[in-house]
Amino acid sequence: MQTSSYMLSLTIWVPIVIGILVLFLHRDGQNSAARWVALIGSLLGLAVAIPLWVGFDNASGAMQFVERFVWIPRYNIHYALGVDGISMLFVLLNSFTTVLVIAAAWQVINKKVSQYLAAFLIMSGLINGVFAATDAILFYLFFEAMLIPMFLIIGIWGGPRRVYAAVKFFLYTLLGSLLMLAALIYLYNVTNGSFDIVDFHRVPLGMTAQTLIFLAFFASFAVKVPMWPVHTWLPDAHVEAPTGGSVVLAAITLKIGAYGFLRFNLPIAPDAAHALSGFMIALSLIAVIYIGLVALAQSDMKKLVAYSSISHMGFVTLGFFIFNTQGIEGGLVQMISHGFISAAMFLCIGVLYDRVHSREISAYGGVVNTMPKFAFFAVFFAMANSGLPATSGFVGEFMVILGAMKVNFWYAFAAATTLILGAAYTLWMVKRVIFGDIANDNVRNLTDINARELAILTSLALLVLYMGVYPKPFTDVMHVSVDVLLKHVALGKLN
Amino acid sequence: MTLAQINLSIARPELFLLGLTFFIMLVDLFGDPAKRSQRLYALTLGTLALVAVYVLLVASVSPQYAFSNMFVVDQMATILKLAILVGVAGLFVYSRAYLETRRMFTGEFVLLMLFATLGMMVMVSANHFISLYLGLEILALSTYTMVALNRDSATATEAAMKYFILGALASGLLLYGMSMIYGATGSLDVAVIAKTIEFSRANDPLVTFGLVFVVAGLAFKLGVVPFHMWVPDVYEGAPTPMAMFIGSASKIAAFGFLVRILGDALSGAAHDWQGMLVILAVASLAVGNIIAIAQTNFKRMLAYSTISHMGFLLLGILAGTKVGYAASMFYIIAYAITSLVAFGIIMLLSRDGFEADKLDDLKGLNDRSPWVAFLMLVTMFSMAGIPPFVGFFAKLSVLEAVLDVGYVWLVVYAVMMSVIGAFYYLRVVKLMYMDAPVDHSPIVAGQAMRSVLAVNAFVVLLLGLLPGAGLMGLCLHAIQRSL
Repeated sequence: MQTSSYMLSLTIWVPIVIGILVLFLHRDGQNSAARWVALIGSLLGLAVAIPLWVGFDNASGAMQFVERFVWIPRYNIHYALGVDGISMLFVLLNSFTTVLVIAAAWQVINKKVSQYLAAFLIMSGLINGVFAATDAILFYLFFEAMLIPMFLIIGIWGGPRRVYAAVKFFLYTLLGSLLMLAALIYLYNVTNGSFDIVDFHRVPLGMTAQTLIFLAFFASFAVKVPMWPVHTWLPDAHVEAPTGGSVVLAAITLKIGAYGFLRFNLPIAPDAAHALSGFMIALSLIAVIYIGLVALAQSDMKKLVAYSSISHMGFVTLGFFIFNTQGIEGGLVQMISHGFISAAMFLCIGVLYDRVHSREISAYGGVVNTMPKFAFFAVFFAMANSGLPATSGFVGEFMVILGAMKVNFWYAFAAATTLILGAAYTLWMVKRVIFGDIANDNVRNLTDINARELAILTSLALLVLYMGVYPKPFTDVMHVSVDVLLKHVALGKLN
Repeated sequence: MTLAQINLSIARPELFLLGLTFFIMLVDLFGDPAKRSQRLYALTLGTLALVAVYVLLVASVSPQYAFSNMFVVDQMATILKLAILVGVAGLFVYSRAYLETRRMFTGEFVLLMLFATLGMMVMVSANHFISLYLGLEILALSTYTMVALNRDSATATEAAMKYFILGALASGLLLYGMSMIYGATGSLDVAVIAKTIEFSRANDPLVTFGLVFVVAGLAFKLGVVPFHMWVPDVYEGAPTPMAMFIGSASKIAAFGFLVRILGDALSGAAHDWQGMLVILAVASLAVGNIIAIAQTNFKRMLAYSTISHMGFLLLGILAGTKVGYAASMFYIIAYAITSLVAFGIIMLLSRDGFEADKLDDLKGLNDRSPWVAFLMLVTMFSMAGIPPFVGFFAKLSVLEAVLDVGYVWLVVYAVMMSVIGAFYYLRVVKLMYMDAPVDHSPIVAGQAMRSVLAVNAFVVLLLGLLPGAGLMGLCLHAIQRSL
């Protein structure tokens, strides 16, 4: 077992410290310095995350790279970090996405550059903290603190209704997370004074307590995922956020909600999770089908991809609450894959928006004629988004459908409609934007993507292909941890 | 009474403060008028520092009594006194420029502020209803006068009038309640009252009756709903340093006062006052948080914010446990430190003839000065209870204490109200970061003020990152040793 310590602390603190340094480069004329420092910082952040992947022991279901120090003795709170097969991949995904976001902002963001870049770097560190924390209060601290940079990102650099969207985003998530805080304090009392998540997993709880705790965590994570019907903040936040904000929202922060279900809801309240699984599956299927239909009706590209995200996340939660290996692993693969694909989709929209300053589908048409290279990537990612085999989008969905089939044919049937709906809304958008005749002068004057954009999109395309063709390295990482989790959940806490 | 019973030595900080205050008054009369303000400033800060040293010198682990048990020095008193002294010193640094431009930095102001400090120190060290009341009145009379110090201002005079009339009424209620408790127990000594009530008078209607008046009086002084009417008017009308004083240091003293009366003297009747505090806390959280949303004046908004914070403070006290008192103690100190920054920034932004107390005056602060905007951001998120700032851990410890005694619904309610509260703190951040500036004038401030402000905000962050490193554990330890 790999024990070399401080790796996780590095992934958290390197981006935060460099982010703070970037803040000091705020004078005019220091913009390009800020950009380079931020890029180097994000690359360093990625570099310190790589050893997690290399040194990870796939055969162990326990926490790895563990760090543990007493932090607040009064409440027995520890600065405790560790990753298992469920969380490790997200630390990597997040560190990788941060590099993309910093690179994508290069020529686009010209207002308060240093603050923009710093916000993303600091947020990146905080998000790594969310995935790495094994102490509930530490988790909560990162989980909440993350809202501050995101609030500022949406509110300062966003679109016309940015303030409304930022405040809505913040308050929605805050309400959920404060209820979670109440549940955490309750668990602290039940465990006789521990905030260790593993102790929470072990403590026996009655059915009523489990149900209430489940619902408190549900309030927090369902908003984050977001599940229908508490999803309404997401389209607003996505549409108003700058491209980088949308990318991080879709690729990372949504995953935190789903991750929370696996880390808190299932193991802490397993019996309540079983009892409420019908409810959770129903909400997930509504998200898959109803939100899929809503996506079909959008005229704004960003909104369409936002709704598509909700629909895809419905798949993830469906996978989690059918309680078998394919379901949970499928959900996790879907989360990673959606991280790549949604990031790519938002970056593609960003490419168009930077040139034309419109997100309306009707403002485009025939883009392929002026931007052939871009059109290639746009069509590729659209295919991946609709779950084409050999792309990563297919693997996760297929696994979840297989898992659902074992439980109930109709779950699988309903879930499978996403393959049709997803293809319909994505490809229809592509058809209207990319293909056809050149619609107007804006499109006629478009310039194709430059080397920077090409590099960003290529890296994502390669990952999508790799994961689609050969997902084994990813599933190997999570396999043992998922087994441990499933055994724990099957055992229950009532006897 | 022998000299040993009087035990003057442990009251040295208070006596010393009193002596130096008179000394400052005399020096102010006879010194060179040109250097007046410089001299007053140096003398005052020196006095506060010396008194703080004395407080540390007389500190002791176990409680020590003086004046036949009227006065006690225990760990709670020591920590609260130090917090008060630091708060007052911060106030002097922040408000000097503000008061000098308005020609209010005079001997009278310094004198009143030091007397108020003396009153607060007596309050947190009092162990007898008479000394508690004496401390309270020294504080209150000085504060009424300070609010009215700007005598040309109609709003300040109005605020002082309201404060005085309602404050006097509250003092009356408090005295009436105390007299009934005296009637029931035959003593004014906190320890004797506690023993008598616990052993023989727990269900005496006279005690309960007195308790109602005492709680009403305390609620007036704290400014919790439904006795909060004076708070917004005083905050808005009073010169900013006085509002800052009422919102920071004097709240710390009020906490000590509350714990001595409810947590110590009337601990046997806890069952009765818990129910009253639940109502006060529930109402304060609702009114404070909801009405704050409608404010356009920043000081008024902070006033309603104070009301809701006092509601939170009561939550910890109504738990009726040592853990609860310790949580409230941590909460009130954290709150005082945070609100110092908020008021400090208001004074930093104001100029001669311009108060900077409208919310709109904060518009686009990030464009004018990213640093000041960041300090305010830290303050606002701390008040909203967002980690990693100290406000979060303050809320956490209070909620833990309340949940520990089984008030689950109260915790959920407080949490809901915090979300409503978060809205108006967020709005301040929104104004600073997301709106264009209206006022483009440069922000001028002395180096001392800037550095102290930065240190102050840094403490808000540091106590959030490392609350266990000191204050949180210290509060619990102090309460356990003192009650």
